[in-house]
Amino acid sequence: MTALTDLTIAGARDLLAAGDVSAVELARAHLAAMERHRDLNAFITETPERALELADASDRRRRNGDAGRLEGIPVAIKDLFCTKGVPTTAGSRILDGFRPFYESTVTASMLREGAVMLGKTNLDEFAMGSSNLTSWYGPAINPWRAPGDGRVRVPGGSSGGSASAVAARMAMAATGTDTGGSIRQPAAFTGTVGLKPTYGRCSRLGIVAFASSLDQAGPLTRTVRDAAIMLGAMAGHDPLDSTSADEPLDDLEDTLEAGVDGMTIGVPEEYRVEGMLEVIDELWQRGIAWLEDAGATVREVSLPHTRFALPAYYIIAPAEASSNLARYDGVRYGLRCEGDDLVSMYERTRAEGFGAEVKRRILIGTYVLSEGYFDAYYLKAQKVRTRIADDFREAWTSVDALLTPTTPSAAFAADSPPDDPVSMYLNDVFTVPASLAGLPGISVPAGLDGDGLPLGLQVIARPFDEARLLRVARTIEEAAGFDTAPRSQT
Amino acid sequence: MAERVETESGPFCYAIGLEVHAQIVSSSKLFSGASTAFGADANTQVSAVDAGMPGMLPVINMACIEQAVRTGLALGGAVNRRSVFERKNYFYPDLPQGYQISQYQQPLVTGGQLVIELEDGTSRSIGIERLHVEQDAGKSLHDRDPDHSLVDLNRSGIGLMEIVSLPELESPDEAVRYVRTLRSILRYAGTCDGNMQEGSLRVDANVSMRRPGEGLGTRCEIKNLNSLRFLQRAIEFEGHRQATILDEGGTVRQETRLFDVDANETRSMRSKEDAEDYRYFPDPDLLPLDLDEAWIAGIAASMPELPDARKQRFMSGHGLSSYDAGVLVAERDNADFFEEVARGRDSKQAANWVMTELFGRLNHDGIAITDSPVSADALGGLIDLIVDGTISGRIAKDVFAEMFATGRQAAVIVEERGLRQVTDTARIEALVDGVLAAHPDRVDEYRAGKTKLLGFFMGEVMKASQGRANPQAVNRTLCLRLEAEEGTR
Amino acid sequence: MKFDKDTVARVARLARIATDDAERQQLAGELSSIIEWIDTLGEVDTDEVEPMTGVGAMTLKWRPDEVTDGGVADDITANAPASSEGCFVVRKIVE
Repeated sequence: MTALTDLTIAGARDLLAAGDVSAVELARAHLAAMERHRDLNAFITETPERALELADASDRRRRNGDAGRLEGIPVAIKDLFCTKGVPTTAGSRILDGFRPFYESTVTASMLREGAVMLGKTNLDEFAMGSSNLTSWYGPAINPWRAPGDGRVRVPGGSSGGSASAVAARMAMAATGTDTGGSIRQPAAFTGTVGLKPTYGRCSRLGIVAFASSLDQAGPLTRTVRDAAIMLGAMAGHDPLDSTSADEPLDDLEDTLEAGVDGMTIGVPEEYRVEGMLEVIDELWQRGIAWLEDAGATVREVSLPHTRFALPAYYIIAPAEASSNLARYDGVRYGLRCEGDDLVSMYERTRAEGFGAEVKRRILIGTYVLSEGYFDAYYLKAQKVRTRIADDFREAWTSVDALLTPTTPSAAFAADSPPDDPVSMYLNDVFTVPASLAGLPGISVPAGLDGDGLPLGLQVIARPFDEARLLRVARTIEEAAGFDTAPRSQT
Repeated sequence: MAERVETESGPFCYAIGLEVHAQIVSSSKLFSGASTAFGADANTQVSAVDAGMPGMLPVINMACIEQAVRTGLALGGAVNRRSVFERKNYFYPDLPQGYQISQYQQPLVTGGQLVIELEDGTSRSIGIERLHVEQDAGKSLHDRDPDHSLVDLNRSGIGLMEIVSLPELESPDEAVRYVRTLRSILRYAGTCDGNMQEGSLRVDANVSMRRPGEGLGTRCEIKNLNSLRFLQRAIEFEGHRQATILDEGGTVRQETRLFDVDANETRSMRSKEDAEDYRYFPDPDLLPLDLDEAWIAGIAASMPELPDARKQRFMSGHGLSSYDAGVLVAERDNADFFEEVARGRDSKQAANWVMTELFGRLNHDGIAITDSPVSADALGGLIDLIVDGTISGRIAKDVFAEMFATGRQAAVIVEERGLRQVTDTARIEALVDGVLAAHPDRVDEYRAGKTKLLGFFMGEVMKASQGRANPQAVNRTLCLRLEAEEGTR
Repeated sequence: MKFDKDTVARVARLARIATDDAERQQLAGELSSIIEWIDTLGEVDTDEVEPMTGVGAMTLKWRPDEVTDGGVADDITANAPASSEGCFVVRKIVE
């Protein structure tokens, strides 16, 4: 029998249903893995006692014939989701000591479906980053290392702790949030599956906000099927989130194996960026071949405004963040650094509570919204965003889904990250356009680079067409036959 | 009426624009399910949304929008089919989110006007620029502790309508009349209770001074005036302050000022010294507010009667003078009271009793009409006793005084104290004869032509009857006796 | 440089983040390069283009006027750095 920590959700579900394993056994196995892998710093808060209580309650429910979709499944929660009574930090010092008295809609839904929460995972501070290097709690680390150099690799970000936890088999699945690539990029870096649903699919209520018009929760898993199972438990219309979509979500597992025969897949020419690494292009070509072999028609499409997506994103996201993060003022919760007067209390609290990257983005966001600049920056960016969304709409007239690389490279070494902010931002070049258009996207592990580090392919689909998205992803997964067990694991 | 501030270099005119913040009548807050009731213990009417807790999101209360649309229609404004909620960003301890959700570039209502009646009986129409919906902030309590301020968020998130006038008001008195008229309309529409003490209605006044005929000068904004008296005094002070500066050749600095009630002066607000840059942008947690034409029309069709219409009805239907009708409709509660008294009775008589006797006593004792010890029904009962001759008008005033003091019914008081009017001819004749017999000299004077003495005899007879004799009967009997016996003596 | 030290100071003041001179110097450089980069948006023709306000054809959701929340004063102030009499406490605000 495989180790309990190697089980997928689908596999564990069968064993649990057959009574071959209990939720408590699964929880214990994963809690032990968490202890073994503390060096990966994937968790900010571990909740072993809570996990065992939840697992025990799950086993009792199952005995009573009452099992939810995630009944007994040990999961990790990105520490951006508010969890009742459990510290919620957003990876920031400014939320030091904060314990919400409420539960996010997504985690509440997962708990209702029987999930067993193991703990809260590390992330870039306020989900701002592509490396996990900006967490106040220290960087999470990628379980993968290049066999050649053995240097510590970043797990990507911002959902790096979740990605690391799932890749290293500390959790069967984890929640993430994706604003410009924060699920898909770390998934690609850690050889896991990362699904960002359509904007509005999962409620944002109770998720610490970064950029409200872009933030979207989704799962990190080791298989596409598990992503479908997780999304089923996370998604749903929430009347308490005005941007939550009232769109039905069919059972995604039902159509998962339907394949891509007869589908038309688009390859956006603008994603073939200047200086693209050969290994990335090769992976992309392999992906195209796999889909063609499976019966899809692949054609080139044009998304002409692609290169403006990142600059637009780096106006919109910081602008919204500058406002969303204004509530961290030392008055009602979290860190307070007293000053001589009220203003100096604000200024000291926020100077000491926020890290460098968060401050940079708050300042950029404040600047682009300030008097005289709103039209030139924020309004302009929202118009460019319309253009980008229109590009995709045009593409949907001729294709059913798009195939692109997820990232321009594999995970970089933690000790030599891109040395200026803009180079770091370029990590999200392939993921940001779909975020701006609100489209569902998924990263599927598809191969290794020359150093033996994982790479992902991204599929993008029409709004609320997660069913087709997952069919394409499943086809790639099957063709790639990727072994998700981290090589050179520490 | 336009008012001028005289200076050595000549007169200055006021240009005043008002921003009225009117708390919307609703059970729950604009974006959360917490209660709006006034006076609860600190932070007991606060949801995680109102406290700006991480991850919390706003969902709009449809009733608040309906109320604001109703108000906009009452003010003759155009309701915009699409309006947009924006964030107004600034830091303040009672602003938990670090921004106020308000409307900026695309308000709910554009335009409108308010007609105010001036001292001399003429009226002026004041233009309204816009009405928008926004959330209220919490309350900072500065007087509990010498070194600290306390923050209570019960008010945080309550729906407000901000009603912005054009700078067309020309005197402190006009400003007061504008607010009074607006408050009356809000109360008629049922969209704001207008209670200034409880903060349901707060006024910011933009005041600038200019030479007659010249364009608008630099304005100062006086924040948070919560009584009509303070509004008047603050504008007066500010007008004179600016006029003095301008008179001396100085320039007025555009700034936000505070009215210090005790010192009776306005002064610059320290917390607003930095030029504000609110960084407005559409709230990404909310989509644009799109309203259906039919929905707006439905609200228009169910609009309650407004003060102007009611005044017209009181004049044409009840035959009241413009003045009386105006006084009665100014406050919806007064007009409601009057209508109840007047139902099935003589309107003028009802108006008379309500306006002179009742208002007089209520004002004297500082009691609101809603707390009146004499109900409309009871006052009607009293009037009925006059009309059917049970008591005289004079006795009625005494009965009313007792009703006001004790809250008892008129009929009960009349019976208990035996105040029924004496109409029995024999008794009245006896009273008259008694009085005439007691004053033979006066009788002679009367008969010699000093007929003015009739009033004296009337008074004596009424006195002898303790006011209960029917005055008409006494008059008739007196005349008969005085004329008839003339020849026989 | 688009973003000089004075601009950093002004924006940091608006954002209520204390900065010292060295930080302002460094931020001026970093933020300038970011701003120069995002300025490329000027190349996109956006005449007659409406700004994006939402994904898909969603309409604003409304809530009925019902009291469904509140009554949790202890929870509201539970995380407060300082509280008294059920209120949050801050250094005296001078108006």
